[in-house]
Amino acid sequence: MAESYRRGHPGHALFILPYLTAFVVLLAFPLFWSIWLSLHKVDLFGPGRFVGLTNYTRVLADPVFLQAFRNTILFVALSVPTLVALGLFLALALNRTTRTTSFFRGLFFSSSVLSVTIVTLIWRFVFIPRDGLIPVIFEQLGLQPINFLSTSGWSLFAVGVATVWWCLGLPMMLFLAALQQIPADLYEAAALDNASPWRVLRRITLPSIARTIMLVTIIQIVMQFQLFGQAQLMTNGGPNGTSRPLVMYIYETGFIRWDVGKGAAASELLFLIILCAAMVQYIISTRKPEVRE
Amino acid sequence: MSRDQSTYRPETLTASRPLLWIAALLSVVMMAPVAWLVGLSIKNNRELMLGTESVFRLPYTLVNYVNILHSSQAFGWFFNSMIVAIGQTIGVLVLSSLAGYAFARLEFPLRRTIFVIVLFGLAVPEQAVIIARHQMFNWFGLHNSHLGLMLPGMSSAFGVFLMTQFFRAIPKEIDEAALLDNASQWRIFWKIMLPLTLPAQATLGIFTFLHAWNDYWWPLISATKKEMYTLTIGIASSQTNFAQSEGLGFLSAQAVFASLPVLIVYIFFQRHIVTAVSGGAVK
Repeated sequence: MAESYRRGHPGHALFILPYLTAFVVLLAFPLFWSIWLSLHKVDLFGPGRFVGLTNYTRVLADPVFLQAFRNTILFVALSVPTLVALGLFLALALNRTTRTTSFFRGLFFSSSVLSVTIVTLIWRFVFIPRDGLIPVIFEQLGLQPINFLSTSGWSLFAVGVATVWWCLGLPMMLFLAALQQIPADLYEAAALDNASPWRVLRRITLPSIARTIMLVTIIQIVMQFQLFGQAQLMTNGGPNGTSRPLVMYIYETGFIRWDVGKGAAASELLFLIILCAAMVQYIISTRKPEVRE
Repeated sequence: MSRDQSTYRPETLTASRPLLWIAALLSVVMMAPVAWLVGLSIKNNRELMLGTESVFRLPYTLVNYVNILHSSQAFGWFFNSMIVAIGQTIGVLVLSSLAGYAFARLEFPLRRTIFVIVLFGLAVPEQAVIIARHQMFNWFGLHNSHLGLMLPGMSSAFGVFLMTQFFRAIPKEIDEAALLDNASQWRIFWKIMLPLTLPAQATLGIFTFLHAWNDYWWPLISATKKEMYTLTIGIASSQTNFAQSEGLGFLSAQAVFASLPVLIVYIFFQRHIVTAVSGGAVK
């Protein structure tokens, strides 16, 4: 009797009803509504007429969008490898449970809980000309000061430094979790063979966490593609848009210039990119772990 | 569990002395900007105007922190942040627990299909919906309200996903015994299952709180009136014209003040946060 009760009872759906309402109203509907908006000429004064893919072609022909796209790719290409390499290094260095290592783990993760506003404030106070920490140090050393936040090339770099500082905790923690999963007998075999530490790292440790390295890389690509607050608050996209990322372009198009249709089109393009990455992430995470080969 | 294993480990590259020293060095680099911020916050603004290298010299003062106490604005923002973060956390916990329980342990028509659709929601980034959301909230006059600030976060599929995992882990025998006693599904959920998920509730709750507290884009476009700013947006707004107005010292103190709640939460609940963050990202 209990079994039949458990199996199939439409009334049980009441449990998911509250969330499902939130899901439909606040996520599913806005998603379709955004797509609808992206196919229409819309402005502040309300929904207009159907224009097909015009908004998309307008976005793709917009030099500002193309620049933002290039900036974002450059940013991802620089920040993600840095995050993965540093995260992996810290995980390897702190892969042992002692007081010291857990203190350092806590410390390296602590910046992740701060808001983007605080992170950018901290780093602006490091980079600002004359008063910042770096200019002060440069002056002490007698070096020529660089205006990091308003020199093209350097501004995106400064945003990247703040981002790596902010986001480093997650890759480190994910790598640590993966390192703990490596079966100890693999290391015992290596010890019998008198393998050098370097060889153990290359032959055992890294292959065992290859899947996690892939996953962390994709997670970071997805996250860094959504760069917004750091760039907006530190450089406001400048100078000349050289540090304006895609999300900031969407923000400016949709909420500053109120070109809603065009902004929606740009946001759907970004969604498409992120969706592809998320699918790769899903495929990798459902594949069997290759630890026990 | 791996604690015992690690004692058997040979001297691999991992956690060796030199690596630890490099990590220690990196931690100094990591903390230098924070130390700089704290240093600025305990200096007199007038002294900082003459040159910020005075941070390395006495005297220090708490005057900037005292000024925060006198600034009703920062406290108003703090209050807004609290209401929004706590409200959103409660909402997420209620919705996710109910839904997670049903997805994990009950049968109803279309259960699997709905679950897959909800999981798809995990892949939808905020940017893809934010313009439409902004319009919708405009229709209902929800902008510049606490409710309007806390609602969007409640649609996050992450909590449902996490709670489904936790409810799945509870042995089946527990509720089967209760069913034989003719307890209703609601009673089983409320009296038996929910207490068992308290650790999970803590994990999800802390995670949601931090997320709501740190949220940037939605409050930026939804709370346009100064008195409705959250602390995150308030600090951002005083940051954009910081050169002229309040001075580096005051802004630094404000930043320290704004990060204290999350840092306190972090120090006390570090384990939960790490579980939530890493569990959610991999599984």
